[in-house]
Amino acid sequence: MAEQKTFLLRIITPDRIFYEGQAEMVEFNTTEGEIGVLPGHIPLTVIVKPGILCIYEPEGEKKAALHAGFAEILQDRVTILAEIIEWPSEIDMGRAEAAKSRAEERLRSRTPETDIARAETALLRAAARIEALK
Amino acid sequence: MASMRDIKRRRSSIQGTQQITKAMKLVSTVKLQRARANAERSKEYFTCMYDTVNSILKRVGHIEHRYLAPGASRKKAVVVITSNRGLAGGYNSNVIKLVTRHPEWDKEDVVVYALGNKGREAFRRYGYQVRECEKDIVESPVYADAMALSKELLRAFTADEVGEIYLAYTAFKNTVSHIPTLLKLLPVDCTVQEGERPQKAEAVMGFEPEDTEALDLLLPKYMTSLIYGALMEAAASENGARMQAMDSATSNAEEMIEDLSLKYNRARQGSITQELTEIIAGAEAL
Repeated sequence: MAEQKTFLLRIITPDRIFYEGQAEMVEFNTTEGEIGVLPGHIPLTVIVKPGILCIYEPEGEKKAALHAGFAEILQDRVTILAEIIEWPSEIDMGRAEAAKSRAEERLRSRTPETDIARAETALLRAAARIEALK
Repeated sequence: MASMRDIKRRRSSIQGTQQITKAMKLVSTVKLQRARANAERSKEYFTCMYDTVNSILKRVGHIEHRYLAPGASRKKAVVVITSNRGLAGGYNSNVIKLVTRHPEWDKEDVVVYALGNKGREAFRRYGYQVRECEKDIVESPVYADAMALSKELLRAFTADEVGEIYLAYTAFKNTVSHIPTLLKLLPVDCTVQEGERPQKAEAVMGFEPEDTEALDLLLPKYMTSLIYGALMEAAASENGARMQAMDSATSNAEEMIEDLSLKYNRARQGSITQELTEIIAGAEAL
């Protein structure tokens, strides 16, 4: 099999097709850790964790904040079904920072009622948003 | 024969109604186009979601999993999607009938999650157990609403409050045909995929994390996407149904107006003839 340089990357949200194009590599965060996918990857389904999505196109690279969903990786194709994903231009820095400090505050002053998992996810999301803007 | 004035009054009242139905038809046509575009844009997501979940289920076979086995409770939760407003032909009653006329369901065993005012009112009247839901979500469905609802349903399922979860909505096939549909959400049916088109990828799909864990995370997303898809389709169907209903109302009004116009003209002609006869008779008598 001839070595392919790129693969088809599709990112789909419930409301629109977020991205569709040829990419050389895509990086994102999964429940098992960060993953970088090159063409010819073994078939794999992974669950997304909040983090930065980095698309390396032949012409350059693009970033987005990916919050929830899952990805289906095939040899020549990657489909990411994203529940929530944003381009940096769609992110409100002020809101993200406020959300970050709120989540940190909740985690610091934890009481038995605190929903720790939720606070942690909120923190991860806010961090991903801030990171995507940099 | 009714008097000329009566006929005239009746005709102008029908004309007024016709104007209203015509305007409503135009409004729902525009809304239908928008709702349909939305439904089509989101379709991609569900097809992918459906394929993925199916391929996982096919691979893991008949695995022991809490979302794949019926719950202990005999209660059934039914999410019924109707509209907030009427004047949409049989749209609402068709969906409601799916539940009330179901041959195997007892009234006591069904918990209705009514989305939309019309459904809520109807099920209250029939004496079903009705759970309150946000009523705005049928007007302009947002993914977050579907997520909240599926979270609540899963909580009820895991807590053994309900044993099965169904979804009743109107599927949008095209502008003129909308099909009331009853869909089983939980437990997920493992047998439905028989006879589907062969899997595109021959290679064995790997999972990270492991199967059961992946199912834990995927099935709620699967459910959310089904609910969201149903909401989108229902919104399109509602506007389609209303458009049709208003269209036939407008043409009925047209027919009635024509009929009344004819009667009015006859009555007018009759009265003129009568007056003439009277005058002539009067002149002759002189």
